[in-house]
Formats: sequence, structure tokens, C-alpha cells
Amino acid sequence: MEKWRATSRHLLRHFSKDLFDRRMSPSFGTFNRQLSSVATTIQRNPLFSSINSDDISHFKEILGEKNVIHDEEKLVTANMDWMRKYRGSSKLMLQPRTTEEVSQILKYCNSRCLAVVPQGGNTGLVGGSVPVFDEVIISTSSMSKIVSFDKVSGILVCEAGCILENLVSFLDNQGFIMPLDLGAKGSCQIGGNVSTNAGGLRLVRYGSLHGNVLGLEVVLANGTVLDMLRTLRKDNTGYDLKHLFIGSEGSLGIVSKVSMLTPPKLSSVNLAFLACKDYSSCQKLLLAAKRKLGEILSAFEFLDTQALDLVLKHLEGARNPLPTSMHNFYILMETTGSNESYDKEKLEAFLLHSMEGGLISDGVLAQDINQASSFWHIREGLPEALMKAGAVYKYDLSLPVEKMYDLVEEMRIRLGPAANVVGYGHLGDSNLHLNISTPQYDDAILAQIEPFVYEWTSKHHGSISAEHGLGLMKADKIFYSKSPETVSIILVGSYLLPKSLCIDIVLLLAFKSISMTKFP
Amino acid sequence: MKIMVAIKRVVDYAVKIRVKPDKTGVETTNVKMSMNPFCEIALEEALRMKEAGLASEVVAVSMGPAKCVDTLRTGLAMGADRGIHVDVPGELQPLSVAKLLKALIDSEKPGLLILGKQAIDDDCNQTGQMVAGLLSWPQGTFASKISIRGLTLSAPLRSSRSTDLRLNQPRYATLPNILKAKSKVIKKCTPEELNVPIKSDLETVQVTEPPKRKAGVILSSVDELVDKLKNEARVI
Repeated sequence: MEKWRATSRHLLRHFSKDLFDRRMSPSFGTFNRQLSSVATTIQRNPLFSSINSDDISHFKEILGEKNVIHDEEKLVTANMDWMRKYRGSSKLMLQPRTTEEVSQILKYCNSRCLAVVPQGGNTGLVGGSVPVFDEVIISTSSMSKIVSFDKVSGILVCEAGCILENLVSFLDNQGFIMPLDLGAKGSCQIGGNVSTNAGGLRLVRYGSLHGNVLGLEVVLANGTVLDMLRTLRKDNTGYDLKHLFIGSEGSLGIVSKVSMLTPPKLSSVNLAFLACKDYSSCQKLLLAAKRKLGEILSAFEFLDTQALDLVLKHLEGARNPLPTSMHNFYILMETTGSNESYDKEKLEAFLLHSMEGGLISDGVLAQDINQASSFWHIREGLPEALMKAGAVYKYDLSLPVEKMYDLVEEMRIRLGPAANVVGYGHLGDSNLHLNISTPQYDDAILAQIEPFVYEWTSKHHGSISAEHGLGLMKADKIFYSKSPETVSIILVGSYLLPKSLCIDIVLLLAFKSISMTKFP
Repeated sequence: MKIMVAIKRVVDYAVKIRVKPDKTGVETTNVKMSMNPFCEIALEEALRMKEAGLASEVVAVSMGPAKCVDTLRTGLAMGADRGIHVDVPGELQPLSVAKLLKALIDSEKPGLLILGKQAIDDDCNQTGQMVAGLLSWPQGTFASKISIRGLTLSAPLRSSRSTDLRLNQPRYATLPNILKAKSKVIKKCTPEELNVPIKSDLETVQVTEPPKRKAGVILSSVDELVDKLKNEARVI
């Protein structure tokens, strides 16, 4: 999976269609989105007020002195995203500890017309977790309590700011696991995971958060607390509203608590790192693995030779598991089951059979957890390696599995030697991470990539945002994957929520494209 | 020259160790077991010697319950030529292991025995030294580099050595080698056949977790630090 956005997005923002000011910074070679530099392309909505000293003292009354942060040094990290691509200029970060405090903050901000941006672990990749201008940052980091855990049903209730890895450790002691796992687990928070509908490495086995989240508590933009925190697997009392908030990227409210179904921890985990000669073999191997290892298959990831090469060059501690020769494609295949000797025998038999049949050219099977971690390190460390390699253009696409790699190849031809085009991702979920690595950011390269990537994806009925969300990066690209009719329903839906200033980038963009008069 | 390598099946290095509720030992049911990392390094070194033409055969030996065969298979998949499993269902302590190894060496007659310097489960660091003593062989312990010049090791051949973590980086088990390992022989024998009585010289009274580390505190001034060091920690 990708190092991931784990935060909700702006509740209140104004923007213009031409949102991205991608310019090179001579010092870093990274994008800078500073207020001064984007002023020409994005207008800050004059309807929104600016923070004054009365606001700050009011927040201090609600939260106490130390949870109201306006020290500039401390705000630097909160204003910048993980990739250092997007930078806001917020002057204030609030750290509520309870739902009630979130509610009070939002109610006040709404009455004062103050724009806000919710922030979790700030590990997002699409600029959704940082301010664009001077929005008030509402950090969920201090809401990190585990509310309850039912050992029989495996149902976990916790606050939004729980770090994914902490939940994993907590559940590990209880004999359970989280149904999602991602490279950013050490920093990302469950509230952000839910708000962005994070995918990750285990989706092929346990499904998406739409299936695993049983209930949510959400604070709407006007401070109303929506209690949908059920712990039931079945509940057919009318519309299941929580689904609106899963993946809504903070546009409809801030997730404050989550109830989630967690699977039992199974003792037998095996991991193989395999080499395939071509993409067609990878697909055939996936199909065969689903057939032969169906009940134990828990991850099926792929990377191409360019990706492995990049990791070996730039990622500390990375070691090539198959050093004798380079192959075109590599697969990470994991099985999780309850019987070690049965699983291992089954996996070995499958792998040896696939090797004899020519689907696999070579491979290694992890003999202990340490070896397994070092295989995962290659896959999970890819985003970091890409960052170290220079500038990177990231695209997270859902595509029909048989077409998926065609895009990578077309892109290579299109860009030629000017860029290193790298393809990897969740083959088991038909999710491609297309990454284009260049020494420095260059508008000419970007013009070669966009809108070509989006058009190509749209033409093949894919999604331009598989698991990363739209964020600031792709807000205006929604129409490549959603019809105007669908977007109009989204708009209508958002207006059914309590009247507030809650306006999201996506909705505003949509608003510009669809006649305003259609909506009351 | 034949090289014998002793390998031990232990709770995986990355698993969080849990003490059994009745405090009789460490929980091993439903826990991932793997080859002791030091043994893995010992085996890798033996394989490298063979690849360099310094040895003709590498024999992997493991002792313990039937599941040790899985660990031996891993050793064979890494490249060992054959395996010997000494079937002991109960507890084994370093002196018994050393005696069993001596008995096997008497019959197998390897020129070199390589062991990991310690097992990560009991951390004894005794077997290598004991077996060398029993055999009256020269020994090198905590080897971080082994070089053989002609027929002279830094210690004479026919010696026992134990390896530490710096020695090498063990190889992975590749699919072709896993396949090959399936047809390699693992000979099973018992302590009785080797004429070594297994008896425990130690009695485990109770196994408990080490005390939990207390949470740290952030102090606001140097004076406070000095005060704590003086009056609480009593170190100055």
C-alpha cells in the first residue's frame, strides 16, 4: 500500500478550478503551496473570517490553555503534508479530547464563519489533511482512547485519534487483528482511515472499511453530534447513513468515534517473494492463487523491476531477495490460516507447481518473521524510496486488472528517458500505484502526464482515486470517474445535512460545473 | 571435510514472548517457531565454506520434539546436504545437547562443528564450549570472521566454533532449493540409540516476566533533575 493520507479533509474551503500551484522550489525541488504563491490561482473565500484574539480566548475556555496551539514553530509540521507538496498557513491548531469539545469547537467556528480542516496523522498523499490557507486545524491526536472491546464478537469501539499501530498492538494482546494494514500504520489514525476509506494490504482478504466499520459517531459542521455508533453486524432500520461518512474525506463532518469488526488473529502466516517474467503471468498467478489458496490468501501485491531497483538504490536496509538475476515483475503473496503445517504444505505445493508450469520464474519463501518483514519492507518502503529519489508524481488508480499495466507501459513511451515510470500496487484489488519519478518537478513533465492519466483511466472505466481519496490534488477531477448525475445526487445529499457552512472542495467544484439553480 | 552444524528451533525472534499463566515456562502453543538466528548464521557460514571448496558436506543437526524436522527442512532448503534429528520430546539442557553432539560427532566424524553462540530462548551460551570440552577439541567462540588458509584454520581443523551476529547474512530459502530439500534425507535417532541418558541438572522453580519499565517523566528544570538524581535515584 501507499504511505497514506490518514486524515479527514477540510470542512470549509473555497477554491477555484485551477487549484494547484505546482511550482518548483529552487531549494528543495519540491512543490510549495504558500499563500503568497497561490494567491493568483486560488482565492480565499472572503466570507470566511480570520482568527482574532477573542476566538483564541474562547477556544482556551473550551479546551484549556495547552490544547490551543498557536506557536508558529509547532504549526510548521501541521501545515505541511508528508510529501512536502502542500503547505498551508494556519495560525491555530486545536486539540480536543472529547466529542463534546469537537462539537463546541465546530459550533463556534460555524457561528463565526471560521474555516476548519480536520487532521489526523497527516500521512495523506493528496493534500487533504493540511490547510490551504489559514483554516483552523482540528487535530484528533488527543482523542486516542479505546472505548470497549468485545472478545467474543471481536467488535472494537475507539476514538478517532487512535493510531492504527496502537490498535494493532492492543488487539494483538487480545488475539485479534485490524482488518486493514498500511505502511503508514505508525502514524495514521483510525478516524482518518475511515474518513478516507483507506484500503491497504489486507483488503483482498477482509474487504473495505464499508464492510468492517459497524458504526460511527460524527460531529457535523454545525456541532451536531450524530450518534451512529452501533456495534451490530445486522441493522436494517432504514438508510445506513454511516456509509456516507466513510470516504467522504471530512466534507460532511468529523469522525469522532469508530466501531469496527476485527478478525481473530490466526497463527499461521506465510509470505513468498516471487518473480514473474511478464504481466500476463502475474495475472494468471493471481487467478490460480485465488482458486488454489482461496481460504488462506491474505495479500497479493506486485511491483515491477523499476520499483525494486529504486528501493534497492534508495531505501536503507533493503536487500534483494532474489539477487542472482533481475526479473520483470515481483509478487508478494501472503497466506494467513490456522494450521501451520497444512498451510505451508499447501503453499509450497502451489508455488512449486506454479514454478513448474512457468508462471513463476523464481522465488523465496520467508522462513521466519524477520525475513517476512524484510520482504514487506521492500513493498512498504516504496513511497519512501520514491521520495528519496527526487520528485514524484503519484497516481492511485483502480483499473480492470488486465489493462492495469498497459498504462505504465504507455506512460513510459510517452515520457521517454526524461522520467522513471514505476508501477506497483495491490494486484489482488486491481489497484495500480503509478509513480513517475524525476530528478526535479517540471511543469513540462506534468503536462505530459495530466490529464492523459485521468483520460486513460476514464476511458477504461477505472477510478482516478482508488484508495487515496481526491484531496486537494484531485478534487476537480471527480468527473473523470463520476457522472454529473451522480455528483448532483452527492450535492443534494450534502444539503440535506443540517444547514451549515460546511462546503467541501468536491462539492464546490461540482457546484461550478452543474447549474446552481438545480439545488434549493 | 565434513562440517556439522547444530540448529535449534526456538520461538521466532520477532514474537513477543508470553509467560504461561501457571508460570511453568514460556507459551509456545500457537506461537511462530523459527530457526535460532545464530544457528542460521552458523549454517550460512558452513554453506559458504562448502561453496568455496573447503568442505565436501554440510550436515545439519537438531534436537527436540518432532517439529524440529520443519526447522531442519529450512536448513536443507538453505543448502545443507542432509539432516539428523535427535528425537527428544521433553526439555533439553546445554550439557545434554553437548553430550548428544559428542555422540553424533563420534559416529559422523566431521572435521568441523559450527554452532550459534547462543540460542535466543534460554540465552545459555554454553553448548559450544561444553562440546569442545567433552571432545577435547580446540574451540573458537563468538566468531565474527572465519578464514581458512590451506589446511590451517586460525584454530586447527577438527574444531568447534560458535558464531555471533556479525559473521554473515544468511541466505533465503529459494523455491528450487525448497524443492530439492524435499528429497534430502533426515535421519532420526534417539538419545538411547546414541547412548546418552537425558537428565536435567536444573530445576525450574518459576518463570515470571521481568518487571515492566516505568513510564518516564518530563522535568521542567535542571534543579528538579538534580533533586531527583539526588533524592530519588540516589546516584549523585
